[in-house]
Amino acid sequence: MQRRDFLLGMLTMIALVPIKALAALWNKAAFESVQLNDASKHLNIDTEIPSEDIEIIAPDRAENGAIVQVEVKSNIPDTEAIAILVEKNPTPLIANFMFSHGAEPYVVTRIKMAETSDIKVVVKVGHQYFTHAKNVVVLENGCG
Amino acid sequence: MAKLGADNMKMRAQLKGDFVEVKVLMSHPMETGRRKDDFNQLIPAHFVQLLAATLNGKTVLEAQWGTGISKNPYLTFRLKGAKVGDVIEVTWHDNLGASAVQEIVVTEA
Repeated sequence: MQRRDFLLGMLTMIALVPIKALAALWNKAAFESVQLNDASKHLNIDTEIPSEDIEIIAPDRAENGAIVQVEVKSNIPDTEAIAILVEKNPTPLIANFMFSHGAEPYVVTRIKMAETSDIKVVVKVGHQYFTHAKNVVVLENGCG
Repeated sequence: MAKLGADNMKMRAQLKGDFVEVKVLMSHPMETGRRKDDFNQLIPAHFVQLLAATLNGKTVLEAQWGTGISKNPYLTFRLKGAKVGDVIEVTWHDNLGASAVQEIVVTEA
């Protein structure tokens, strides 16, 4: 086999294998759920404990639901993951962030909101789930 | 399987006291699959599903995203224990098999 062909072959392998593994990694059932409760169920969230140790910074009113900046910080020790859900979106689960090796349980991102709704944050700590919500009034649908 | 160019992400990583703040701006349409074009045809869903960040090769952040992240995704995250000169790499993969990877070196704020 020519060295070039061999290298091309290797590249194809590298390109193909991870994608399949990645498709399996993405939580399709949770992200395609149209009800908040179903999304939570597919994230294996059982009992949710309300917590004031979760900070959510988002505007009280958003002119355009296509871009709503959200800042989330968990002050709960040993936070492993932060999920962001929008109760009244067509598919409520927006994102799930998992932290390790010194990453702080903190994210800022921009999300779409279809209408006025609570932004709900669920924090995973071991087998426990803590939750906090912030309402955002949306003036223009951002889900298209 | 498109591998996008090195200019797909704008990144910044700055040491701010006892943590490094990383800011990432990605270039991606983030189509929900519910929007229609000018001819009333549905535009197929096209969105980033997985994002991972490493610090000197070690995974620090893994995210799964749905269609609810805004177009041209923006992300800030913070790393404790990182220092000036450390290398942070961010990779994303979307639902159509495209991906992009980019790295940045931590600087003083």
